[in-house]
Amino acid sequence: MSTTTTESTASAGAAANATIPALAVEGLSHSFGSRKALDGVSFSIAAGSFTALLGPNGAGKTTLFSLVTRLYNNRVGSIRVFGFEVRRQPSEALSRIGAIFQQRTLDLDLTVADNLHYHAALHGMSRRETRERIEIELGRTGLLDRLKDKVRSLSGGQMRRVEIAAALLHRPRLLLLDEPTVGVDIGSRRPILEHIHRLCREDGLGALWATHLIDEVVPGDDVVVLHQGHVLAHGGVDDVARAAGTASIGDAFTKLTGLGKR
Amino acid sequence: MTLVQYARCFNGIFVREMLRFLNQYGRFFSALVRPLVWLFIFAMGFRGILGVSIIPPYQTYIPYEVYITPGLIGMIQLFNGMQSSLSMVYDREMGSMRTLMVSPMPRWYLLTSKLLAAVLVSVVQVYVYLAIAWFWKIRPPALGPEIGYVALLPALILSGLMLGALGLLMSSVIKQLENFAGIMNFVIFPMFFASSALYPLYQMRRSSLELFWIATYNPFSRAVDLIRFALYGQVNFEALLWVAAFLLLFLALAIYGYDPSRGIIARRGGPGGPPGG
Repeated sequence: MSTTTTESTASAGAAANATIPALAVEGLSHSFGSRKALDGVSFSIAAGSFTALLGPNGAGKTTLFSLVTRLYNNRVGSIRVFGFEVRRQPSEALSRIGAIFQQRTLDLDLTVADNLHYHAALHGMSRRETRERIEIELGRTGLLDRLKDKVRSLSGGQMRRVEIAAALLHRPRLLLLDEPTVGVDIGSRRPILEHIHRLCREDGLGALWATHLIDEVVPGDDVVVLHQGHVLAHGGVDDVARAAGTASIGDAFTKLTGLGKR
Repeated sequence: MTLVQYARCFNGIFVREMLRFLNQYGRFFSALVRPLVWLFIFAMGFRGILGVSIIPPYQTYIPYEVYITPGLIGMIQLFNGMQSSLSMVYDREMGSMRTLMVSPMPRWYLLTSKLLAAVLVSVVQVYVYLAIAWFWKIRPPALGPEIGYVALLPALILSGLMLGALGLLMSSVIKQLENFAGIMNFVIFPMFFASSALYPLYQMRRSSLELFWIATYNPFSRAVDLIRFALYGQVNFEALLWVAAFLLLFLALAIYGYDPSRGIIARRGGPGGPPGG
């Protein structure tokens, strides 16, 4: 990816989405003081694909998410969201991103509806459009009847689903999820994972799902293995396993990172 | 982004701020009780000890509780400004700051909106306090109370913005939530006591010249002076300029602190301390 600004603006239309990666990271490095959190990270995600960002704690996953969402951007390398460089065209890039962070982002004392309206307002959406989008996105998570309830009364899994609905209100094309199953009971994890897969399949969203749990990577996914700030492998689940000379992605992860299976 | 979208964004931030405030009865209650305790107890105890000679904007001898009313209005705003900085740090630790920061709106706009929304909430508190004080016969003078109450509004917004910007600036510097106790001791109390809120500065001059100068240039003194004159339907231009200058300074530093490539967040790695996995 080395399109100029004008080219990328012109070609960012829906028709071209198939060819422009949802997310393209190139030569990305970032340090905190002397500690290098990311070192020359490059990979890309196609629209409509689910990519698992697999790495142990401390691999640099959260740093990567912070840079892609422009929490800070003092870094080396480029990050493009559908062709828009995050540093140079932050508004264009951010309006195409839906993000779900590791920490809870909902106001516990406000209702589900209040929270969703706040999210939509931050993207400049009208109240009418917001109501329509809430019907659709919250409807898909099966929580529409909880609209007037305080967030505090929801379970961990339900909160996550509300956060996913919130992140989707402004019709993003790229979904970023930073360890979204942390604090969610085991029974609720699978439905969330399946919900995101369905969004990729049916709506053509690109998704980057960061996790350290190997069982959240399913056949057919793409996977980026990140360890100590380096990309160790990138590709389809089977390809990565084959290239590492192992039978499963779990074994490949163990072999590549030199860590015990987790 | 269009202007309409900017307006919707501000509205969303304001509504959230207001809902949070209304949902926290405890916060509303203590924000109200604090100045009332000062007014009903402290001022009553002090009125006999401290005589206030005639200084502008006052044209007669005034009882002490009238003198400290502007100071207590300032106190509401000072606490509110610091409270919003506390909530920014809290938001940062909890992650809702993330929600704000991924908005496609420019970051200076998001921060300024958040600041203004918090100020509007504090303005509501001030008027509730004044309504109670009114029953205590503490009312703006001659011109008729209405003038003072109306003239107060722009002064409140400006001083609220200035104190809020100071809070915002501190929220970009404070690492963790626990440090708020430190803010109480090292920011709120010194600012409040070394100001014209509780005593006219000419009295301080007699005891300590250094302290007098510190208090004179204390941003909080300037805010209180602005409020004091506004309540009497007058503009204290010197105070106005100082408050505006402090506002610009604090706001510029706060926006710098939250700048994605240069600020403190960038250097440290942002919300919630050092980055994990």
